[in-house]
This record gives sequence, structure tokens and C-alpha cells, in this order.
Amino acid sequence: MGAPERRVVLSAVAVLVAGAPLAVESRYLLAMLVFIALNGLPAVGLSLVMGFAGQVSLGQAAFFAVGAYVSGVLTATHGWNGWLALLLGVAAAAALAVVVGLPIFRLSGLLLAMATLAFGIIVYYVLVNWSAVTGGPSGLAGVPPLTLGRFRFDTDARMFWLAWGSLLGVLALTGNLVDSRIGRALRAVHGNEAAAAAVGIDTARLKLGVFVLAAAITALAGGLYAHYLTFINPSPFGFGYSVELLVMVVLGGAASLWGAVLGAATVVLLVEALRAVLPLLTAAHGAAEYEIALFGLLLMAFMLFRPSGLAGLAPRAS
Amino acid sequence: MTAEQIAQYLISGAVVGGIYALIALGFVIAFGITRIVNFAQGEFVMLGALAMATLSARGVRAPVAFACSVVSVAAFGALLYRGALQPLTRAPALAVLILTIGASITIRGVALILWGTDPLAVPAFAAGPPVLVAGAVMVRQGFWVLGVAAASFVALWWFFTRTYSGAAVQACAVNPLAARLMGIRVDRVGVLAWLLAAGLGAAAGAVISPITYATYDMGLMLGLKGFVAAVLGGLVSPPAAIAGGFLLGVVESLAAGLVSSAYKDAVAFVVLVLVCLAQVLGALPWRVVEEG
Amino acid sequence: MTAPPLLEVRQLGRDFGGLAAVGSVDFTVAPGRIKALIGPNGAGKTTILNMVAGALPPSRGHIVFDGRALPGSAHAVASRGVARTFQLVRPFGDMTVLETVLVGCHLRGRAGWLRSALRTPAQRREERGLRDRALEIVGAVGLEDRAGANVTSLPYGEQRLVEVARALATAPRLLLLDEPGAGLDAAEQHRLAALVCRVRASGVAILLVDHHIDFVLDVADDVVVLCHGERLAEGRPETIRRDPAVMAAYLGEDAA
Repeated sequence: MGAPERRVVLSAVAVLVAGAPLAVESRYLLAMLVFIALNGLPAVGLSLVMGFAGQVSLGQAAFFAVGAYVSGVLTATHGWNGWLALLLGVAAAAALAVVVGLPIFRLSGLLLAMATLAFGIIVYYVLVNWSAVTGGPSGLAGVPPLTLGRFRFDTDARMFWLAWGSLLGVLALTGNLVDSRIGRALRAVHGNEAAAAAVGIDTARLKLGVFVLAAAITALAGGLYAHYLTFINPSPFGFGYSVELLVMVVLGGAASLWGAVLGAATVVLLVEALRAVLPLLTAAHGAAEYEIALFGLLLMAFMLFRPSGLAGLAPRAS
Repeated sequence: MTAEQIAQYLISGAVVGGIYALIALGFVIAFGITRIVNFAQGEFVMLGALAMATLSARGVRAPVAFACSVVSVAAFGALLYRGALQPLTRAPALAVLILTIGASITIRGVALILWGTDPLAVPAFAAGPPVLVAGAVMVRQGFWVLGVAAASFVALWWFFTRTYSGAAVQACAVNPLAARLMGIRVDRVGVLAWLLAAGLGAAAGAVISPITYATYDMGLMLGLKGFVAAVLGGLVSPPAAIAGGFLLGVVESLAAGLVSSAYKDAVAFVVLVLVCLAQVLGALPWRVVEEG
Repeated sequence: MTAPPLLEVRQLGRDFGGLAAVGSVDFTVAPGRIKALIGPNGAGKTTILNMVAGALPPSRGHIVFDGRALPGSAHAVASRGVARTFQLVRPFGDMTVLETVLVGCHLRGRAGWLRSALRTPAQRREERGLRDRALEIVGAVGLEDRAGANVTSLPYGEQRLVEVARALATAPRLLLLDEPGAGLDAAEQHRLAALVCRVRASGVAILLVDHHIDFVLDVADDVVVLCHGERLAEGRPETIRRDPAVMAAYLGEDAA
């Protein structure tokens, strides 16, 4: 969508976001909406990487974890200011993305995917084994909520505003980026890399830039997550979460920012629906066991029948 | 650090290496002929192991159970290719990659539903106490692992170099268009390739299961490591993949013994990172083949 | 020769696995002149072009542009003022003509990630400027009524014009044209030839590679004939046309 349409949509959603916690009574529903936003952010990031750099990253969970743990450890263990810690988590993830991305983005598609997978798993291992800092498998408790003076972001409603506010902010900024000269260059690289290089576009640097941006956005979500739950442990940050993000983006259609949010919402709702419905159908298995198969089937189904996702695969023209 | 300890690491490394070599060979055959990197290769290993466990639990004798496991998983692999992947020959590489990721996850998810989370024990192929080899202890199953691996490599070598069908398969790998013009049914050869790849994976899983148990999530790691071994040969060289597998197994074992066992799994990834760096710096004497 | 050569190629060579696609070739290109590289298939013309464009590293020899050695990557070469077109047109997915040429204007913009994300007034001004410039160029190649069309929906001849427009958008001093006449009918070739002459008139140096003799002889100032990776002859088009050695090299070729 073009800039003016985007402004309209963003404003409309902002109004909804402002009013929603006042209208929605159920804490359960509010919490689910918070999770949609907190998943929407990394989904948008991955959507940028897949849609514009044209690469699959199977290690985004690692950046989410870095954001969560850096912010969590700095506040819980060292008493830092929440916002500063959050910012540092984002910076740490960005720096990590540069270090990892520089060699990786010169690789071909498949090797790059495998390398991101390996990177994600290595980070997971570090989180599990570096118990002195991260608390190991049992995790880290006591992460304080974010505060603004006397105002504490410690309720579902307040975190809802913060999470959705961040998501809308990121959507506005990345939307502007997509329409700009940089966004055009990205679409050009995606369209035909050799031709893009022939007009002076540094394709490797651009792809790296997208990767770093995605890492930063993902880490922001991770940090918010930590201050929301006040407790973090490594288990939600493994390869499984990277796959979930992939499913969200595939569902929503790569290179569509709103599609990514749609995909995130769909996955979150689907998982909740599974948990609600399955115990009624079968007593034998927990819903979690069916999630994996369901995600796999969704990926396959979309690739076979609807590769453009729910919103369209081609990068949006301005 | 005694000579016996080193021998121990080498021996156990070689056994694990045999598994990696089998898996790596599966990657190379599937990629060489269909130009698809099978993200689900590790799941074929897992299915082989679980099938072996289930059949043994029902009292089926080891050789029969092994044969049944390998054949059924091989057939499944061929079907997967024929049904889901071959139709997408002209799709962009990204889509095919995601499709194989989806396949791998689906297989794992279904295995979880069917078999649950508890690791299943599998009896060794032949009963008997561990054996002393060059001062190191090796469980008897280790001989079976190396035997299956060796037999598979020899059989495949013979097939590719001494039979007409094997030559046809090689032709398809080198130049599908020319092969088609010569009357070779290229699509059938693709199915055969996946049949072989899945069979190799299943054999690896079935023969290692008495040592490592069989669980629904054993495929991811094994598949990754097999992939790293295959990449060492540029994804196209069977001998390099086999050598890579054994090398990875030994290095992993030595690292676990000499450095720390907690980061044992990290070795494969470090190797992968090094290979990637080497490719980027142009230090590799070959190029890891890129798709299409 | 009034102006010093902008491009100097000395003893340039390139091997592919033991086979010398280009043995040792020397030539220069001056501003405001069109130099054509012709020769039968396999003569090494496109290889030379790719080396000058920075897409392929030479095995030996030197390429000197504006007195300095050329950098080793395609995008760095482009930022020095060397633009190129491709033998088979390479559109950017389903971008429009205007967007494609806008991408060509990439180097003229300064706004980075932050300013673009924030849409600062300076960035918006720059965007407007880029857009105006792109429209100018689209007009200069004669496609103003196609500006909003998807490039892939245009006839091939017009797609080729978009390619040239995209290259011109980088404000190059040297323009490399890789078989620009390929796939074009006579009318389209004529239109293209006229455009190329206009570009020459603006002072741009042009290196043109083709194996269609007629198109080249219409347009070129100097011709270098290559055969099996070596220079066979060099001179004005009229001379080359009558050279028996050149005809022999082309014997059996359809001099279309």
C-alpha cells in the first residue's frame, strides 16, 4: 500500500489500540492480543529478510532471546533502568547480526539458511549452559516491569498499549523505508541482483542491513516479552520458535508487513484454538504435540497451493 | 591423556562417523540428481530408528526388522518426492526449501503423535558383551554400524559404476537434458534418488538405534550433522561426503573427550561456520554448489 | 583523437579452466566515441565486457578507467561511472518503467536508513528530485507514455530501452552495451541506434558488443574485431567491412 493509505490504516489501528483495553474485559483475551503484537514484531522482521533479502533465516529466535536475556539480566541481576536495558538488548542483537551476517550473507540461499539455523542453535546452547549469567534451564526470574516515573507497565492492558504501540511504530518506520530509495533498492535486489549491482547498489551491504534491522526489531519484542512475563527461560527460544516465525511469514506472505502481522495473529489464534479444541476430541495427547505437525502441514500446504500467502508474495510497489 | 583414551575416542568417533557418512551420502544423492537439499533427511533416520524399535518390540528378528524398516522408509521417501516435491520442479528455490522444512516438521510432528516423547529401546542386532579393539571398548553394535555403512557404500559404488541403471542415474546428475534426450526417464531417476537417500537414512537410524535409543526428535541434529559432512564435499562428491562423515564423527568425539562434552553438538556447527567462512574467503578448493 | 581515452584495456585476458576465452586484448575508448567489439560467437566479446563491468575478474592484464584501476566488484565499478546493459534484459520483477529508472538513480540519493524510515523533509525533497530526474530520463528515451507500465508487459524492444534508461540514470561516463540489438526488429534497432547516438553526443564513452554487423557498422566510430579471444583487426567501420580476414572469420556466419 502507498504512504497515504498506510497512514490511514495505521491511524485506524492506533485508535483501536487505544480503545481496546477499555472495551476488552477478559485478561485472557488481552494477554493473547499482547502476544500477537510480541510475535508480530519478529514476524515483520523475518518478512523483511525473506521478502527483500530473499533469504530464509532459521535463527530469528536467537535474536528474540538476546533481546529478552540482555534486558532481563541487566535489570534483574544488575538493577539497570528498564528502558536502557531494553535498548542495550536491541543494540546487542544488532551487533550480533552484523558479526554473524557479514560472512553469512555472501553465501547462497541454502547454506545461508543452514548457517542461520546453526547460529540459532548455538545461541540456544549458550543460554542453556551459561547458567551463571542466564540461570540455565531453570531460567531467570524477577525481571521487573518497565516503568515511566510512577507509571508501571505491569498490567495486561498497559503492556497491550506498549506492545501494540511498538508494533505500530515499527510498521510506520519500516513502511516508510519500503517506499524510500532504500526500499526500492531492496526490491531491485530481490528482483534481479546482478542488475541491481550494475546500477551501483551494494547488494551484500543491503542484505546485511535488512538482517540487522530484523534482528533489532526481534530483540525489541524479546525485551518487551521479558518485562511482560517477568520470567524467562530458554525453552521458548529454540529452533521451534524460529519455525513458528517462518510459518507466520509464509502464512501472511513474505514482503508484506501487514501480512506478517496477520500471519502472527493467525498462528497465535490457531495454537490457542488447538489447545481449546483438542482435549475435547481426544484424551490421549496434549495439544502441544499436534502443533508441530500442524505447522509442518501449514508450511507444506501454503508452499504447494498458495505460495504468495494470505497477502501476496511480490514486494509491494509504492 | 593416554593412548587408550585416544583410541577410545577414535573408535567411538568412527562408529558415529559411519552414521554421519550414511546420512551425508543420502544428501549428496538426493541433491546431485534432483537439485533439492532435503531438509527432511534427518527425519528418515528417525523413522528408520522408530520403525526398528516398533518391529523389534513385536518380536520381529533383527535382520527382518532392519530390512522392513529400510524398505518402508525408502518407499515413503520416494513417495514424498513424487507427491510433494517433483510437482514443484520449477518453483523458486526458496519455496522448495520451505517445503522441505515443512515436510521435515510434519514428519516429526506425526512421529510425536504416533510414538510419543519417551525414547524407545532397541535390542542390539546380536547379543554379546562389548569387544576390545586396540585397547578401546566398542559395543558389538558398533560393528554392525560400520558393517552396514561399508556394505551400503560398496553396493552403491557397484550400482553406480557397474550397472546400466547406475550409469543412467549418473548421467541425470551431470546433464538431465542430455539424459532425457538419450531416452532416460529423468523423473523416474529422481524418484530412485530419493528412494536411495531415504533408505540410507533409515539404515543409519535403524542400525544406530540400539546405541542411542529411538525418539521422535533425534532427526534434527543427525540431519544437520550429516548435512555438514555432505557440505565438506561440496554436496556433490560421494567420497568426500563419506570421508566428511567419518571426519566429523572423530573430531566430535575428540572434542567431547578433550574439551567438554557439554558442547559436543556445537562441533558440527563450528565446522559449518568454518566451511562457510572458507567459502566466503575463497579458501575452499571447491565451491559448495548452489541451487539453480 | 581529441580527448585522452577514458578507458584503457591492456593485455586483458581471461581463462576458464585452462581455456583462454580471452587471450590478450588491447583497446581504448574515448569520451563521445562509440567503440564496437565484434566477432563471431565465442570470440570473447561478452567476457571482455563483463570484465570491464567488474562482474568477472581478469586472469591477466589491466583495465584503467579515468587513470585509475577499476575496482573488483560490479557495484563499485558502477559507482565510478561505468553503466551497463545486459544481453537478456533483466527487469526488476514487476516494477514499472519509472520505478526501474528510479532505481537507476540510486547513487544520486544520499538518504540513509534512518532518514528514510523517519521520512524527514530533506529525504522527501530528495525523493521528489529523484523522481523528476527519472521522469526526465524516461522522456529522453521516448517512453514517457509508458512510465507507469510494468516493464515485463512491454514489447521486448521497449524493455531494451528501459534497460538503457536505467543505465543512463546512473549518469555514467562510460556505457557498456551488451548485444543491444539482440531480439529487436529493424524498427526497434533503428530507434535504439538513434538513442545511442544521442548518448554519444552528450559526451559519454560507449563500448558496444554485438555480433550483428549491420547494427554496429551504422553506429560505431571504431571497430575492434575479435576472434578466439584475440584482436583480429581494428579500424573504422568502412575499413573493417572490406577486410578479407574479417570476412573469413565470419564465413558461414549469418551476417544479419
